[in-house]
Amino acid sequence: MNGKIYGGLMGRSYIEPGDFTMEEMNVLFELGESIQKNPTWYSDVAKGFIMGTLFFEPSTRTRLSFEAAMLRLGGQVVGFSEQGSSSVAKGESLADTVRTVSGYTDILVMRHPKEGSAKVAWKEIQIPLINGGDGGHHHPTQTLTDLFTIHCEVKKKDKMVIGICGDLKFGRTVHSLLKVISLYPRVEIHLISPPELKTPEYITRHILEKRKVPYFETEQLEESLPQLDILYMTRVQRERFFNEADYLRLKDSYILDPEKLKRGKKDLVVLHPLPRVNEISKEVDSDPRALYFKQAKYGMIIRMALIVGLLGLEKKEERHDS
Amino acid sequence: MIVDSIRNGIVIDHLTKGKGMEVLSLLNIGDLEHSVALIMNAHSNKYGRKDLVKIENMMDVDLAVLGLVDPRATVVYIREGVVVEKKTLTLPTKVMGVIQCKNPRCITTTERDVPQIFRLVNEEQRCYQCEYCDDLRILKGDGIYG
Repeated sequence: MNGKIYGGLMGRSYIEPGDFTMEEMNVLFELGESIQKNPTWYSDVAKGFIMGTLFFEPSTRTRLSFEAAMLRLGGQVVGFSEQGSSSVAKGESLADTVRTVSGYTDILVMRHPKEGSAKVAWKEIQIPLINGGDGGHHHPTQTLTDLFTIHCEVKKKDKMVIGICGDLKFGRTVHSLLKVISLYPRVEIHLISPPELKTPEYITRHILEKRKVPYFETEQLEESLPQLDILYMTRVQRERFFNEADYLRLKDSYILDPEKLKRGKKDLVVLHPLPRVNEISKEVDSDPRALYFKQAKYGMIIRMALIVGLLGLEKKEERHDS
Repeated sequence: MIVDSIRNGIVIDHLTKGKGMEVLSLLNIGDLEHSVALIMNAHSNKYGRKDLVKIENMMDVDLAVLGLVDPRATVVYIREGVVVEKKTLTLPTKVMGVIQCKNPRCITTTERDVPQIFRLVNEEQRCYQCEYCDDLRILKGDGIYG
């Protein structure tokens, strides 16, 4: 396979947030910064390449962000956006579907409601696969987005105090973020949630404690806020509940409004994976510390970097062909 | 009670009292054509009471499954009436097709032909993790289905 190696990223897949080392993520961040500064350098690097987007459950942001990323690189996109329009509706297995589509495309992005589905798909194919979310399990490109936003926006990196607030039980973005952010040196984590939506033990016991990361579990957003450098808000997701009554009871547990935000530091960074429902009030949007819409744009840029890295695409001046 | 010694084969010794039947079932030993003896509640100097299984003319047994069911068991290999090897067991680091994932959201509950794979994450707690969804299973002492 010809192409640029990008520190060993070329030809790889991205299934779990821990698949890349910190060094490899830094390669992507540098690439993302380069794309951000000089988008025209990359506007046709994916010409002749096709990305397959297999979305077995609805998604707006992730799918459009990937599709926009590929189109901005000059590539093309084929795929489906709901299970009903795929052959799975006819009873085809996931393994057969991805194997078939991998024959038509150069790189795949997949979202599926079942946990571990991306790993099943990855074992079946020979081309790079990006996990666009597998149920409540992992959403590694959201993690890349979050970390790239922190990389670009948080100036003080010597010690970061990060508060993660909302649904920490079912929120896959939270699980993925915790898996990687816990590798950073000198981080402190505040896990802010109602008891019913606490972080699963496989994260607290087997990752945070194992890596000796200081963390606190609390129900009080107001108490943690003054200490935080980053506040990561999450949505209480209706689709992750089996019981509607539980959802209605817990959905408004933690709402960030201008009054609460007064307790935050001046250089606090407020992030949210979006979409939000009402956990951040509209009035907060005008606060300069609210960076969640900028974060969404960083998401597209880092996905461009990921596609470039996994496909080993080269800028014009780097190409060796005549 | 006297059960004849075997000349060639395997003795699974020091099984926890009451585990013998489970071992036979999980190793599918009952389906084999070899002669098998299950001795339950036998006297043991070390443990008081134990179960043991003797299998004639078979030298291969799934140590991973055995380690999972009863890690205190020992496996003795006999050739021409002589003990040629004795193995103690530990919990296997990876098991396939033995532990079922109980997470209803796991892909293994719906996708055809995906083997159930679990990896040991904490030996002391007998804790295994699903290869696909990361769900944890702590195996209780009275069986692997805890």
